[in-house]
Amino acid sequence: MLSLHSYLILSAILFSIGAIGVLIRRNAIVIFMCVELMLNSVNLTFIAFSKYLGNMDGQIFVFFVMTVAAAEAAVGLALMIAFYKNRESIDVEDLNLMKW
Amino acid sequence: METIFFTIVAAVTVLSGIMVVTCRNPINSALSLILTFFCIATLYVTLDAPFMAAVQVLVYAGAIMVLIVFVIMLLNIRSEVGRRYTHAGIIGTVVGFLMLVLTFNFLNNSSLTGAKGLITTDVINKIGHTELIARSMFTDFLLPFEITSILLLVAIIGAVILSKKKI
Amino acid sequence: MDMLQFPANIAAAAGVNFAAIMPEVILSVIAMALLLVNVFINSEQKAYLGYLSLIGIVVTFFSVVSGWGAPQSGFNNSVLQDNFSLFFKGTFLVSAFLTILITDQYLKREECNWGEIYPLILFATVGMMLMASGTDLMTIFLGLEVLSVSLYVLAGFNRANLKSNEAGLKYFLLGAFSTGFLLYGMALIYGSTGTTRVAAIASYISQNGMVLSNPMLVAGMLLMAVGFSFKIAAAPFHMWTPDVYEGAPTPMTAFMSVGPKAAGFAAFLRVFIVALPAMKADWSELLWVLAVLTMTVGNITALKQTNIKRMLAYSSIAHAGYVLVGFTAGNAVGTAGVLFYMLSYAFMNIGAFAIIVLVGRKGEENNNVSDYAGFGFKHPVLGMCMSIFLFSLAGIPPAAGFIGKFYLFSGAIQAGYVWLAIIGVLNSAASVYYYLRVMVFMYMKDPTEEFDWLAVSPSLALCLLLSVAGVLIPGIVPGTLLDLAQKAILM
Repeated sequence: MLSLHSYLILSAILFSIGAIGVLIRRNAIVIFMCVELMLNSVNLTFIAFSKYLGNMDGQIFVFFVMTVAAAEAAVGLALMIAFYKNRESIDVEDLNLMKW
Repeated sequence: METIFFTIVAAVTVLSGIMVVTCRNPINSALSLILTFFCIATLYVTLDAPFMAAVQVLVYAGAIMVLIVFVIMLLNIRSEVGRRYTHAGIIGTVVGFLMLVLTFNFLNNSSLTGAKGLITTDVINKIGHTELIARSMFTDFLLPFEITSILLLVAIIGAVILSKKKI
Repeated sequence: MDMLQFPANIAAAAGVNFAAIMPEVILSVIAMALLLVNVFINSEQKAYLGYLSLIGIVVTFFSVVSGWGAPQSGFNNSVLQDNFSLFFKGTFLVSAFLTILITDQYLKREECNWGEIYPLILFATVGMMLMASGTDLMTIFLGLEVLSVSLYVLAGFNRANLKSNEAGLKYFLLGAFSTGFLLYGMALIYGSTGTTRVAAIASYISQNGMVLSNPMLVAGMLLMAVGFSFKIAAAPFHMWTPDVYEGAPTPMTAFMSVGPKAAGFAAFLRVFIVALPAMKADWSELLWVLAVLTMTVGNITALKQTNIKRMLAYSSIAHAGYVLVGFTAGNAVGTAGVLFYMLSYAFMNIGAFAIIVLVGRKGEENNNVSDYAGFGFKHPVLGMCMSIFLFSLAGIPPAAGFIGKFYLFSGAIQAGYVWLAIIGVLNSAASVYYYLRVMVFMYMKDPTEEFDWLAVSPSLALCLLLSVAGVLIPGIVPGTLLDLAQKAILM
C-alpha cells in the first residue's frame, strides 16, 4: 500500500506552487487559478487522510470545499468583469488608486 | 506497480501546476489547470474515492474552468507582452520556497495519529462509496449541507448584481 | 456515528434541533422574503426594504435574548448556542442594525440604490452567527465563506466607482488566498486527530498525549492562526485591508470593520480555547507577537493618513491588536474583555462612520481630515457626537473604549504579560494623536466650506443616538455589560 507520506508531500508541493503563483503573477485571473490550485491541494490532503484514517469526514469536507470554490469563482469573476469594464485591464499592478 | 503509477501521475500534476504559474498566455494556464484537475481526480480514484473523483471532474474541470475560460474569452485577454510577474516576485518566490521547506520538515517527521475509523476498502466496495458519503452527509453533517444552499444563493445574487448591465 | 448500518430514523440520526439555530433561520427567511419583495417595489421605494430588514433584525434579537442561559446543542454537535455565541450574535445584530440605518442615505447619494444590498447584509450576518456558534470546523468554515462571499459583493457594490471595484477585487483575492491557508490548517488538524468536531479534538488530544508531539498538529495550528489572522486583519497579514476599507462604500466599511472582525475573533477563540487548550503555551507566544506587531503597525501607519476612512481602517487594525492582547492573556478577565470590547467597538466605530457618511459628498468626495475643518462650530450636536466617538476610540474615560481597554490590559497583567500591557498602553497613548487631530480640525480651524448640504435623515439620527448611548452608557455604568460578558466566556 502506498504510504500516506507520498500524498502529503505532493499536496504540500502543489500548495506551495499555488501560493507562489498568487504572490508573483500579475494577471488577476491567473492569480485566481493559483488559488484554485491551493484549494485542490487541500482537497487531496483531506481525501488522503480520509482514506488512511478510515473516516468519511474528510471527503464530506472536500465536498463543501468544492461548493465554496464554485461560489467564489462566480463572485470573483463577476468582480473582475466589473473591474474590467471600468479600467480595461485586470492587471493587479493597475490596482493602484489607493496606496500608502 | 502502484508506486510507478503514482510517480507518473504526481510528476504530471506538479509539472502542470508549474505551468499554471508560469505560462504567458492565460488560456495555457487554464488548460494546464484542467490537466491538474484530471490528475488529481485520478489520485482520488487510487485513494478509494471514486465519487469524489467524478464530482471533481464535474465541478472543477466541468463548471469552474468553463466559467474561467468564458471570462478569459469575454475579456479578450491576450498573452502578456510585458512583465508577467509583479515587482515583489523575488520575495514571493523566496517566501513560497520557505513555506515548502517548512512543510516538508513538518510532514516528514509526522505520523498518522488520528482515531482510526471503520471504513476500509472492503467496506467501501461492499456498501458503495456514494452511499457511504450520503449516510455521513445527511446525518452527521446535515447543517453544513444546508448552509451551502445559502452560500450558493449569495453567490447568485452577487454575480447578478455585479455584472448585469442595467439593474 | 456508525456508518456501517443504514440509520433507522434519519431525522433523529441527524440530531435536528431548530432551537440551536433559530436566529439564523429567522434571519435567513427574512432575507429571502426581502429578495421577493424587492421584485415588486420600484426604485423609489427601496427604503422600505431597509425598514423591513430592521424589523427582521429586531425579531432575531428577541430570539437571541430568549436563548440566553440555556445552551442548545444541535445537529450532532455541529452547532452550540451557548452564552458565548449568543453574546456575539447580539453584537453582529447590533452592527447590522446600525449599518442598515446609515445605508439608505448613502445609496441614494451615490446612485447605486439597489435593493439587494439589504438581503446581502442579512446573509452576511447569518454567516457571522454561524461562525460564532459553530463547534465543527466545517460549520465555522462554511459560515466564514457565507460571510466572505457576501462581503466581496458588498465591497464592490458601487459598480461605477473605480475605487469600489478595486476594493472588491482586492478583498476577493486576499480572502480567497487566506481561505487556502485556513483550510490547510484544518486538514492537518483533522489528520492529527481524526475528527473535525471541536470538542472531540480536545478530548482526543487529552486522551492521547502523544498527539501533542506530532508536528502535523503544530503545523495545523500555525496555518489556522495565519488564516484567522488574515480575516481579522492582524499584521503582517493586513496587506490590502486598508485599501478595501477605503474603497468600499462607507456603510459597508463600517460593517466590515466591526462585524467580520468580531466573527473572526469568535471563531478564533472557539477553535483555540475549546479545541486546542493543550497547546496554550505555544499559541500564547504566537499571539503575543501578533498583538505587538498589529498594534504597532496599525498605530504608526495611522499617524500619517490624510483620508479619514483610511485612518479609521488602520485604527481598526490597531484595535484588533488590543483585542489580541486580551486573547493572548487567555484568562477569564481577558476573554471577557474581548467580548465587551467587540460590542463597544461596534457602537463607536459605526457611529464615527455615520458622521463620515454625513459629511461625505457624491463620488466619495470630502473624505479628508482637512474637510472637517470648522465642522464642530457649524453643527455643534454632530460635532459633539463625533467627539464622543473619537474619545472612545482613543480610550479616554468615561467612554466605553476606556473600560474595554482597561479590562483587556488588566487581563494581560493578571496572566503575567506585563510588557504586553505596557506596549498596549503606549500604543493607546500614541493613537490619541490622530484621533484628536480630527477634533482639532473640527473645533479649531476655520471652516473651508459651508456644510449646507448636510441633511440628517431620521434613520441616521437614530443611528447616532443609539451609538452615543452605546458608547456612553457602558462607559459610565459598565457593570451590566461586563457581567454579561463574564457569564458568556468559554471557561
